[in-house]
Amino acid sequence: MENREALLELKDVKTYFQVQKGTLKAVNGVDLTIYRGETVGLVGESGCGKSTLGKTIMRLYKPNDGQVLYQGRDIWSYRGKEKKAYAKNVQMIFQDPYACLDPLCVVSDIIAEGLKIHKMCSGAQLEQRVEELLNMVGLGKEHASRFPHEFSGGQRQRIGIARALSLEPQLIVCDEPISALDVSIQAQVVNLLKKLQREMGLSYLFITHDLSMVRQISNRIAVMYLGSLVEIADSEDIYLKNYHPYTKALLSAIPIANPEAERSRKRILLSGDVPSPVNLPKGCNFCQRCSKATERCRTEKPVLREVEKGHMVACHLV
Amino acid sequence: MSEELAKKEWENSFAEDAFEPLPEDEKNGEKIVRKNTSYWKDVWRNFKKNKAAMVSLVLMAVMVLFVLIGPEISGYNYYSNDYSAVNQGPSTEHWFGTDNLGRDLWTRVWAGGRVSLLIAILATLIPEAIGMIVGGISGYIGGKVDMIIMRIIDVLMGIPSLIYMILLMVVLGSGNIWTLIIAMSITGWMGSARSTRGLVLQLKSREFVTASETLGASPAWIITRRLIPNTLGIRVVGITMSLPSAIFYEAFLSYIGLGVTPPTPSWGQLIKAAGEVFRYYPYQFIIPCLCVAVTMLCFNLIGDGLRDALDPKLRS
Repeated sequence: MENREALLELKDVKTYFQVQKGTLKAVNGVDLTIYRGETVGLVGESGCGKSTLGKTIMRLYKPNDGQVLYQGRDIWSYRGKEKKAYAKNVQMIFQDPYACLDPLCVVSDIIAEGLKIHKMCSGAQLEQRVEELLNMVGLGKEHASRFPHEFSGGQRQRIGIARALSLEPQLIVCDEPISALDVSIQAQVVNLLKKLQREMGLSYLFITHDLSMVRQISNRIAVMYLGSLVEIADSEDIYLKNYHPYTKALLSAIPIANPEAERSRKRILLSGDVPSPVNLPKGCNFCQRCSKATERCRTEKPVLREVEKGHMVACHLV
Repeated sequence: MSEELAKKEWENSFAEDAFEPLPEDEKNGEKIVRKNTSYWKDVWRNFKKNKAAMVSLVLMAVMVLFVLIGPEISGYNYYSNDYSAVNQGPSTEHWFGTDNLGRDLWTRVWAGGRVSLLIAILATLIPEAIGMIVGGISGYIGGKVDMIIMRIIDVLMGIPSLIYMILLMVVLGSGNIWTLIIAMSITGWMGSARSTRGLVLQLKSREFVTASETLGASPAWIITRRLIPNTLGIRVVGITMSLPSAIFYEAFLSYIGLGVTPPTPSWGQLIKAAGEVFRYYPYQFIIPCLCVAVTMLCFNLIGDGLRDALDPKLRS
């Protein structure tokens, strides 16, 4: 992928929340670029700030510092109608297919909401567009008049996808879209997302903690730990060759389908707990749990640097 | 041996005669025949299933019909008195009898129903609507806006509403139904605003609200289309409960001379007046009481049915 066009750039984004004990640094200096037509997988354990980063991109949280640039423009410099128009470019698919659909609305109303907000079409045209979107995600027009509670989890997630597609966005932030689904349904949804990407040239930011699924869909994978990225690389690359000790530990947790190989799989078990994002370590975020940590790790924060072409790592020891 | 048997059985189960074509009349078994419906059609469909609510609705319709045409068919008006026929019991001449001034009670009951029902419905719905909008704004926007609105409500609720009523009646002039409705609207929205705000606080962190936000919806859109409809199912019972209390409030205000002025009747006024002579002329008391009781019961049962019908999850 040469001459790629950067669709969304995150520049040292910091999103903090004020809590009773102090400042919770949910996202603490993230640099990431998403190019047109690619899928970036964002992995990390619970509470590391993945979803907050996603919501920061959606303009739901205002970053305390840094910039989110969409096609070169800071999304917080938008005025008036531009704010509304941003929704047409960037959409979101939610984690919980049960909570993300209004229980009082029938499916056609849910999918048509964005079209109505942006006055993109009305009347018979609207009906036709809703049917088109339903077909796109593998549902039919007979589903249009039903309520969300009449559907299974996978079907609801498809409705959520149809809603996100209704505005014809360039980028879709997928916030753990498959974590609430059965494995067989997960594959369906991932295949649907891949198909839509091929057909419409979409870009995805795919937030997940499912390491085997993210490999299927992503071009690049970014590993997040305690609000910062520790490693970014092409997805095939990172599974074969990873540098950061946290990435190593994370990837060693993936079970292998072959039982013989599975028996000989060595897990890297991390000691200690994740430090509180309210009270971050002075040096590397990972230093308290890293077996190789040195004095430098405890005092100086490592920055992301390129160790190979397209492979960025934030570690002093690499 | 048993393994072989099992294998044979397995093969047999796939023999050609093990399958038979699906009968013609079952081929459409998977087809979805239910017609497309809109939300309100669906609400109505479910409301109809509730027998008590449907009976109440019919009863209410009959009441409204009588209220509309009752005074016209009796041949009397509600204010002319006839001293030759004072305190007469129900008869073919006066269907509900007459009161102590010889006025026809049939006419007065239904003419009073006009006033009472109008006040009950408007003095409930208007403050409820105001409260929902204020509560929705307060809960959804939050922060300083919420703080200021809630403190204003606290202050307003701290003062007995009768004081505003009297002041408003003095300013707007008493004796008029519309003055009464305006006064009750201005004083009655606070409770509804508080309860709506509480419900909105619960709802606004739900993902479907976030989804609307990411679609570019304005706060007004989210409050009116996502938040208020979702509180309606819970609020509707409270709304129907406050209908009867509006009737009684009007009766009380009329009694102390702040409500509708005689000779204009209302159910509350009729009950008050008849209450004094209840032991001698019980029919004067029972008939308007029955009207209020039936209205109250109907509103409650309709509200109950409406709550079930409005929430798709409560449907069977």
